[in-house]
Amino acid sequence: MKKSIITIILATALLSNVYAKQSIQIKGSDTLINMVQKLAEVYMEKNKDASISVTGGGSGTGIAAILNKSTDIANSSREMKSEEYSSAKAKGINVKEVIIAIDALSVIINPQNPVNTLSIEQIGKIYKGEIKNWQEVGGLNKPITLYGRQSNSGTFSFFREKVLGADYSDKMNRMNGNSQIVESVKQDISAIGYVGVGYVVKDNMPIDGIKLLSVSKKAGETAYSPIDKTAVMLGQYEIARGLNQYISGNPKGLVKDFINFELSKEGQNIIEDMGFYPIGSTIIEKNAKTLKAKTTIF
Amino acid sequence: MVMISRRNLSDSISKIIFFMSGVFSLIVVLCIFIFLVKESFPVYQDISIYDFILSAKWNPDGWSGEYYGILSLVWGTLFVTIITLIISIPLGVLTAVFLAEIAPEKVQMIFKPAIELLAGIPSVVLGFFGIVLLGPFIAKIFGLSNGLNVLNGSILLSIMVLPTIISMSEDAIIAVPKSYRDASLAMGATKLETIIKVVLPAASSGIIASIMLGMGRAIGETMAVLMACGNAPALTKSIFDSVRTLTATIAIEMGEVAFDTTHYYALFHLGLFLFIISFFINNVAQYFINKGIRHEHV
Repeated sequence: MKKSIITIILATALLSNVYAKQSIQIKGSDTLINMVQKLAEVYMEKNKDASISVTGGGSGTGIAAILNKSTDIANSSREMKSEEYSSAKAKGINVKEVIIAIDALSVIINPQNPVNTLSIEQIGKIYKGEIKNWQEVGGLNKPITLYGRQSNSGTFSFFREKVLGADYSDKMNRMNGNSQIVESVKQDISAIGYVGVGYVVKDNMPIDGIKLLSVSKKAGETAYSPIDKTAVMLGQYEIARGLNQYISGNPKGLVKDFINFELSKEGQNIIEDMGFYPIGSTIIEKNAKTLKAKTTIF
Repeated sequence: MVMISRRNLSDSISKIIFFMSGVFSLIVVLCIFIFLVKESFPVYQDISIYDFILSAKWNPDGWSGEYYGILSLVWGTLFVTIITLIISIPLGVLTAVFLAEIAPEKVQMIFKPAIELLAGIPSVVLGFFGIVLLGPFIAKIFGLSNGLNVLNGSILLSIMVLPTIISMSEDAIIAVPKSYRDASLAMGATKLETIIKVVLPAASSGIIASIMLGMGRAIGETMAVLMACGNAPALTKSIFDSVRTLTATIAIEMGEVAFDTTHYYALFHLGLFLFIISFFINNVAQYFINKGIRHEHV
């Protein structure tokens, strides 16, 4: 009797081990969080024994977490910096980069603002604090209120590198996420902000209460809108970027399966539903190469 | 004989347990202090004290270099705290007088739980309230483009600080012996004169203690100011400007900082600063509380 009880207990323990819920942590970018959460939900719906938790904190936080081995996948809206790569190397972590989607970083203003297009140079000058009034770029006579992200944000770094090439004005309001910027711009007639396209687009249309600026490379050249899919895919939209996930070492088990799901046709469709853009053939090839390679190619 | 020694034994054991519990919190405070000092002083290997304390440029992740000047952050914290006290002292003390001296018991029964409820509102909820409701409201009333500023944060902090000021001041007022009031009224003073000239001076040390504790809370509060103040690290002069506090800076940047870097040490130094400020304020409050107790015994 006793023996059989013990056997049952042991058997259950073994079985529960075999069928134990596999769980992984995903951490990082605020731009990717909603999209990856949606992907995880759909994935978990299909794989009942998988548990995926997605949290934010910013790209910098996600990358710090993968280097401290406290997450399985780091979401990042910027590329890893060379210091971060060397820090990973020092810790013996072989970090791999997978690009899961394309974001057309959108510059947004209040709909009551008559401005429709700006050049990269103008946007840069605005955020550096050199252009202070909307009148200087063809708008109303109103001082510009700057909304941007905090320094742990990948979007903060990407935008600074790609658009400013210098420090942000210290008058810029440092907001706690994309949606806070969207909310602020809705209420502020003299606002300018930058957010991931998924936060301002629904069913291929800009959401209510904000206006998307078309962006040109230089003043006078053709300006493209972030909802113009062809322009984004052809690289004509100047501030498009890859949305990345970093993993340490070759992906195994649930991490591998989930990444494959994200890159699959179904995953890419979900990404498009969330307002972002699917990856093109060059990136698909690059991803396949990284996932196969034994070590990362720098 | 046996009985007595057993009683002695249980007595001394319980004494030790009480002593250990008391010592525990002391040890924790000491450990935290030592840890903060140890983790923050290496910052002076890379920056001079002069630059650290007297420079107003805080940009650890800057494009053109790293800047660690805490002046604007310290000023941000002080500015928000001062405005908070200007709002909450009159409101809090007057409410306390009303509850202790004027309000009938039935009114008290409604007011007191309501005030306690105020203390229970999580600061994130208040911060959210600040962004969505209070900010736009302030912007509308004062004709500003947005409401992410010192005033917004200070109003939210006042809401958090008020319960402390009200309930402690009320206790201090109630503790004023009835004979004082009787004597004053017997001399022909009106009720108002009695409150202003007799009761409030007699309760002053308790009221000051309540204000100091409220101030300590305002300085240490993070989430509400992080969400409502805009976090621009510029040195501000107006209550309608965006401001960044010490606590918000730590909360924003701690997640992404690499261990054992100047930035890491600098953030710990901010923590040490906060620790010392709140230690000082708590001691002042304690001094006034003790003074009040002695006063009552006279």
